[in-house]
Amino acid sequence: MRASVIFTEVGQGLRRNLGLTTAVVLTVLVSGILGGTSFMLREQVNTMKSYWYDKAEVAIFLCSNGDTTPSCAGQAVTQAQRQQIQADLQGLPQVQTIYYESKHEAYLHFKQQFAGSAISQNVPPDSLPESFRVKLKDPTQFSIVSGLFQGRAGVSQVEDQRTILDKLFHVLNTLQVMALIIAAVSVIAALLLIANTIRVTAFTRRRETGIMRLVGASNLSIQLPFLLETVIAAIFGALLACLALAVGKSILVDKILAPALQFTPFIGWSAFWKAGSLVILASILVAAGASMITLRRYLRV
Amino acid sequence: MIRFDNVTKLYPSQVRPAIDECTLEIEKGEFVFLVGASGSGKSTLLRMVLREERPTSGRVHVLGKDLNRLSSWKVPALRRNMGTVFQDFRLLPNKSVFENIAFALEVIGKSRHTIQQVVPEVIELVGLAGKEARRPDELSGGEQQRVAIARAFANRPMILIADEPTGNLDPSTSVGIMRLLDRINRTGTTVVMATHDAVIVDQMRKRVVELEGGHLVRDQSRGVYGYSR
Repeated sequence: MRASVIFTEVGQGLRRNLGLTTAVVLTVLVSGILGGTSFMLREQVNTMKSYWYDKAEVAIFLCSNGDTTPSCAGQAVTQAQRQQIQADLQGLPQVQTIYYESKHEAYLHFKQQFAGSAISQNVPPDSLPESFRVKLKDPTQFSIVSGLFQGRAGVSQVEDQRTILDKLFHVLNTLQVMALIIAAVSVIAALLLIANTIRVTAFTRRRETGIMRLVGASNLSIQLPFLLETVIAAIFGALLACLALAVGKSILVDKILAPALQFTPFIGWSAFWKAGSLVILASILVAAGASMITLRRYLRV
Repeated sequence: MIRFDNVTKLYPSQVRPAIDECTLEIEKGEFVFLVGASGSGKSTLLRMVLREERPTSGRVHVLGKDLNRLSSWKVPALRRNMGTVFQDFRLLPNKSVFENIAFALEVIGKSRHTIQQVVPEVIELVGLAGKEARRPDELSGGEQQRVAIARAFANRPMILIADEPTGNLDPSTSVGIMRLLDRINRTGTTVVMATHDAVIVDQMRKRVVELEGGHLVRDQSRGVYGYSR
């Protein structure tokens, strides 16, 4: 069948069932926003995880020049102190792996994590301290390590990186899961609406499809207009969802949260592009799949 | 062209077969009347030619193809060689005469150029020149059937199937339709027509195949309708 003929049929169909088409667009919009938000929340969590988050629980920051902590007294850690600390760490049974991060490496990791944030431009290369990063066999044994090294000469700070972030991650992950659940419910609604749209359209066009069958139109040319109608509606909904996500990110993240919370990196536009592509792809697949299944049931070929 | 080999069709919910061991052969260019009372199996037979139904046993060959073995996606191509006309005309109410006939050509992918050429020709053939823009509800029954015939014939099929085409028409209009079908038959198109209009059958003296209760009871070359039972 000629493309122009198919497109006129699809256009007519969309207009004729405007109510149902709008319903499909709206449910896809809601699903898309929720699904996209869930994805972007996950990206945010990943962005907030520093380089060391998964690798080591304990951070032992060593003294730098000008560090005013009592155990440093303005002096940088000496080589002897450094070696002693390392030897003591190696001797601890709770320790699984020890990493050393130099000032330069610290700076590189920082730049990597905060890429795109304003703060990364303002930090001079030498301002981050060197550290030992320790992975424990049992993460709950943090207090033993901190007790041994906190306040020692040459040690500026001992931090459990994880507990600081874990509470926040817990909140974000809960939000993410909630968004996903509501998105799933919304997707079910979209599926049912798509199926219903096709049923109604198939019934309305039964005379035309009956003649097309008898006259020898190919199965594809009979089914294609129905398929295109729902997929186009779904794509439209997905694009609107992307628009909403972009506006949301721009306002919420770029204009409100990032300036307010400068110590944490936030997602950039790449997260949006990823989320957007996923939403569009998923909506096409869901619409096409639901349509094909419904067509098989309700459209005789 | 059309061959039924010992075909039986039993619908799932029924006891008696709709068609019971029918063997029938129709050659190219023939005009065949399929007669019989309601429920005798005429429509079932025609639907099997169109591959709308498949036989429970036996084989149906149409245009050299064994319909049992034909894969579903090849059926549309087969149907392009067959035109169908029904008792209830089956026109699209929102399209004009021209658009109704053009629709049948559009959906099988004919170019606009072909359509602009073929449709006026076939409208003239059926005697509706000047009425291209009319809607079906502005036409009489006979005129609507002519549109249906034009649509069926537009793609110059090899076989024309007519299922009680004069069933909704008065006797004099029916004669006009039959003359048209006869003209079409003379161009070389095989015509198979199911009917229980005795008058036309007697008038035209073509081959008559009679079905009764699913059985093929008579096959006469220049037959009459016959009320012999």
